[in-house]
Amino acid sequence: MRYLPLTSADRSAMLHTIGAKSVDDLFRDVPREAYLTTTVDLPMHAGELEVDRQLSKLAARNTAAGSVPFFCGAGAYRHHVPASVDHLIQRSEFLTSYTPYQPEIAQGTLQYLFEFQTQVAMLTGMEVANASMYDGSTATAEAVLMAARVTGRKRAVLSPNLHPHYTETVRTAAESAGLDIIIGTEQTLDGDTACFVVQNPDFTGAIRDLTPLSATAHAKGALLVAVVTEIVSLGAITPPGDMGADIVVGEGQSIGNALNFGGPYVGLFATRQKFVRQMPGRLCGETTDVEGRRGYVLTLSTREQHIRREKATSNICTNSGLCVLAFTIHLSLLGEDGFRKLAALNHDRAVMAADKLSRIKGVELVTPTFFNEFTLKLSKPAAPIVDALAKQDIIAGVPVSRLKPHDKAATNLLLVAVTETTTPADIEAFAAALTKVLS
Amino acid sequence: MTELKTISGHRGLDHEVELIFELGRQGKCGVDLPEPELKADRLGGLRRRGLIGLPGLSEPEVVRHYVRLSRKNYAIDSGFYPLGSCTMKHNPRLNEKMARLPGFADIHPLQPASTIQGALGLIDHLAHWLKLLTNMPAVAMSPKAGAHGEYCGMMAIKAAHEAHGQKRHVVLVPESAHGTNPATAALVGYTVEEVPANDKGRVDLAALKSKLGPHVAAIMLTNPNTCGLFENDMLEISAAVHKAGAYFYCDGLVHGRRVGRVRPGDLGIDAMHINLHKTFSTPHGGGGPGAGPVVLSAALAPYAPLPLIVHGPNGFELIEDNATAKAHDAQPFGRMCAFHGQMGMFVRAMAYMLSHGADGLAQVSGDAVLNANYILASLKDEISAPFGNGPCMHEALFDDTFLKDTGVTTLDLAKALIDEGYHPMTMYFPLVVHGAMLIEPTETESKHALDEFIKVMRGLTAEAKAGNKARFEGAPHFAPRRRLDETAAARKPILRWTPPPTTKAQAAE
Repeated sequence: MRYLPLTSADRSAMLHTIGAKSVDDLFRDVPREAYLTTTVDLPMHAGELEVDRQLSKLAARNTAAGSVPFFCGAGAYRHHVPASVDHLIQRSEFLTSYTPYQPEIAQGTLQYLFEFQTQVAMLTGMEVANASMYDGSTATAEAVLMAARVTGRKRAVLSPNLHPHYTETVRTAAESAGLDIIIGTEQTLDGDTACFVVQNPDFTGAIRDLTPLSATAHAKGALLVAVVTEIVSLGAITPPGDMGADIVVGEGQSIGNALNFGGPYVGLFATRQKFVRQMPGRLCGETTDVEGRRGYVLTLSTREQHIRREKATSNICTNSGLCVLAFTIHLSLLGEDGFRKLAALNHDRAVMAADKLSRIKGVELVTPTFFNEFTLKLSKPAAPIVDALAKQDIIAGVPVSRLKPHDKAATNLLLVAVTETTTPADIEAFAAALTKVLS
Repeated sequence: MTELKTISGHRGLDHEVELIFELGRQGKCGVDLPEPELKADRLGGLRRRGLIGLPGLSEPEVVRHYVRLSRKNYAIDSGFYPLGSCTMKHNPRLNEKMARLPGFADIHPLQPASTIQGALGLIDHLAHWLKLLTNMPAVAMSPKAGAHGEYCGMMAIKAAHEAHGQKRHVVLVPESAHGTNPATAALVGYTVEEVPANDKGRVDLAALKSKLGPHVAAIMLTNPNTCGLFENDMLEISAAVHKAGAYFYCDGLVHGRRVGRVRPGDLGIDAMHINLHKTFSTPHGGGGPGAGPVVLSAALAPYAPLPLIVHGPNGFELIEDNATAKAHDAQPFGRMCAFHGQMGMFVRAMAYMLSHGADGLAQVSGDAVLNANYILASLKDEISAPFGNGPCMHEALFDDTFLKDTGVTTLDLAKALIDEGYHPMTMYFPLVVHGAMLIEPTETESKHALDEFIKVMRGLTAEAKAGNKARFEGAPHFAPRRRLDETAAARKPILRWTPPPTTKAQAAE
C-alpha cells in the first residue's frame, strides 16, 4: 500500500518493543463481540491509475459549466480564477498545515488570515471581519444568533427575498436555540426584534438601498444584518457598511473558489468593532514576538469552544482556511482596479443578456435593478424549460420553483446569472433556444 | 556569539514579509480583463463611490508574496506533526487531482439533475462506504466540518425526542470531552452535565448510570476518548443509555483509528460524525475546509436533514423540500447549509478510500495504533504516562509529572520541539490530565521517523532533568518568530490593517 511506510519487519520489531503479541492484541480493550476479524465487504486497495479511471468515469457523467452556455447563480457563481491561485494554494506549506495554534511556525497562515480579515472589512465597508465561516448560509445563521446575544432579544425577522436555503439554514439553527423566526418586511419589526436580515442584491437579483432599513431597525433597537451572496457585486454597488448595516455576512466563493457542486465555500462575517467580543469564529490579531518583531496570533479565543465550552459564542472549530487563501490571493491579483473592472464587466454582460432575453416574446424582466443576476417571468413554467434546454446542452439558469416549491407565483420565474465567463455567443445560443421553446 | 543582524532584516531563506497592503501600489493589476462597454448602469443609483482600498500588484509580486509566506509554515509534507486528536497524516496528491476534474469542480449545485448524475453517484457511493465501514443504516452528508456534524447529530436526536413527545433537556458529556461537544449541546438548547472519569481514564460507569433518567436526552462520548483510550464499557454504556430512553452520540473525530476493525453500529451508537479531513485524509489546509458527514442509527435516520439523495426511475434524485421528503417516509429536522455539502472533500475522501480499499483501511487503523503504542512504550520509562500500562489506541498521552522541580513546563518542552524541527504535540488537552501532552503519530510515519522523534523526546527530557532550563525558556530559537505576545494581542485587538496616518499627510504635501 503506497501510503503506508511500515514493513512487516518494522511491525514485528515494534510489537516486540511494546511487548504485544500482535496488532490485534493492541485492540484488546474493544469488546470481543464488536471486534471485526474479517475485512468489510468492500473492494481491495487500488493503484493511482485504477482510482483515476473510476473517478474520471463518474466526473464524465456531469456537464461541466465551462463546457456549455451556462447561466446558474442563486448563491454560487462561475468566475474565472487565475492559474496562479490554484498553484499557490497547493503549496505543501499551505495545503498540509494545521490550524495555526503554534504561531511561531504558522506565520504564513496567520498573515494571510489577517490580510483576509482586512480585505473583507474593506469590501463590506465594516470595521472588523473574522477568519471565515463554513459558507454564506451558516454565516447568516451565526449572525442571527449573534444579534440575539447582542440585543438580548429572541426574535429575528428575515426578508422574504433572502435565499430560501439561507432562510431554512437560519430557521434550523435559530429555532433550536430558542429563537422565533418570522418572514416579513421591515414593517414587521418591533421592540422584541433582535435583527432584520436582508439580502442585497436580493435572491431575485434586485438591488435596494439599505439605508432606510437600517434606520427602521435601529429605531426599534434591532440590528440590521446584510447578506451578500455574490461578493463581486461589492465592486460595483455601495457596501452594506456604508448603508448602516451592523453585521454583514456573505458567500465568498466567487473570488478564488470553483463551483464545486456547492462546497467547500467560504463564509464571510464582518461587523462593527464594538461587537467584536460577541463574534463567532476565529480571529487573527497583530502582536509582537519577544524580539519586538511584528507577528500574528489567533486571538480573543476566550469566545471559542475550546476555552468556553458550553458558554462559547459558537461551536465552530475547523472553518474554510484554504478557501480563504484562494479568496485572498485572487483578490490581491485583482486589486482595486481589477476588482472594480471585474464587477463592471459582470454587470455589462448581465445587462446585455437581460436586454436580449427580455425582447423575446413570452419573456418579461421583473427585476429593473440588478447586478449580474436577474429574474425573468416566462409565459410557461420555468422548470420544464430548463430541463428541455439542458437536453440541448444549455444550462439556462435556476427555476425559482426549485428553491420555492410551494410558491405558486414562482412557477414561471427563472433566475439567470451572467458573469465575465459568459460570452456573447452563449447569450445568443440561450436566446435562440428560449425563443424556440416558448413559441 | 551575538546573532548577526542583516541589513535587509531577512535571514537567508527566511524573508521578512510585509502585508500585501504595504506592498501594493495603485495603478497595477495582476489580472488582464477586457474593457467594459456599458454606458448606463442598472444599479438603481447605488454605484459604489470612493476607493475600496485594495492594493494593486502584478502577478509576479503576488506570487512571490504568497510563496514567501508559505515558507513560514510548518506542514505535514515537510515534517512530523505529532498533534494529538488532529490526525495529521499524509495527503495524497491524487486526491487533489481528482477533486479538480471539471466534472466535479466545475459543476453548479443547482444544475438540472440530469446533468449531475456522476456527482450524485459519487455522493451515494461515498455514503455506501461510510455506512458499511460503520455498520450504520443512514448517513447525512451535508455537514461542513466536525462541529457542524455534531450539531447535525444532536439535532436529529432532538427531533426524534420531539417526534415521540419527549421533553428532555440534559446532555451528559464526560469531563475529558473535546470543547465542541458541550458547545454543540448548548447550541441545540440542552443543558450540559459532566460525567467524571475513573482512575483508568474512562467514563465512570456507575456515575454515568446514576445521572441517567427521563430528563436525559443523550450522552456525547468520544471513543477512543481524548486520553487515547478505548472506552471498554461501550456496550454497557449504550445499553444503559438506551434503557433510559436516551440516545448515544459518539464523537468520531478520530474514527480512522478503528476503521475496518470496530464499527459504531456494533457498539450501540445512534449518531457519529466522521471528519473526512482527519479519517480520510482530506488536507487540513491551515484550518479547513473540512467535512463532517454523520452516520445515523435506524431510530434517528428518518430525521436526517435536507437534502436527501434517492434512486428514482431516471437515476439519482435530490430531495430538497419537506413535502417531497415526507413522501419518502422522511421527516427532516431542517437544513444544515445551502446546497448539498462539501463535494470537493467527498471526491478527495472517495479517492482515499478507493486507494486503500477494505484491506488498506484495516491496515491503516492497525499501523496507527501500532505507531502510537510504540511511542508510548519507547518513552514511558522517562516521560510520565498516566495510563502507561496500555495499550492506547491511536494516540499516546503523557503528563508533566516527570518535569516536576525542573522549572520546565509542558509548553516549554513543546516549544523546544520546534527548535528540533518538529511541530509540537497537543498540549494541556485533555483537561483531565495535568500538563497533558497528547501524541498522535498516524499511520503514515515510518519507524525511522518515529525513532528519530523518540530520540529527540528522550534527549529533551534528559536536558530538562539536568536543569538546562535556558534552552526551554527561550524556545523556539530557530523559528520565523520567537514566542509571540498573545496577552497583548487579546488586550488591545488589532484585527486588520489600516493605512498609516502619514499617507494622507504625504499626499497633501
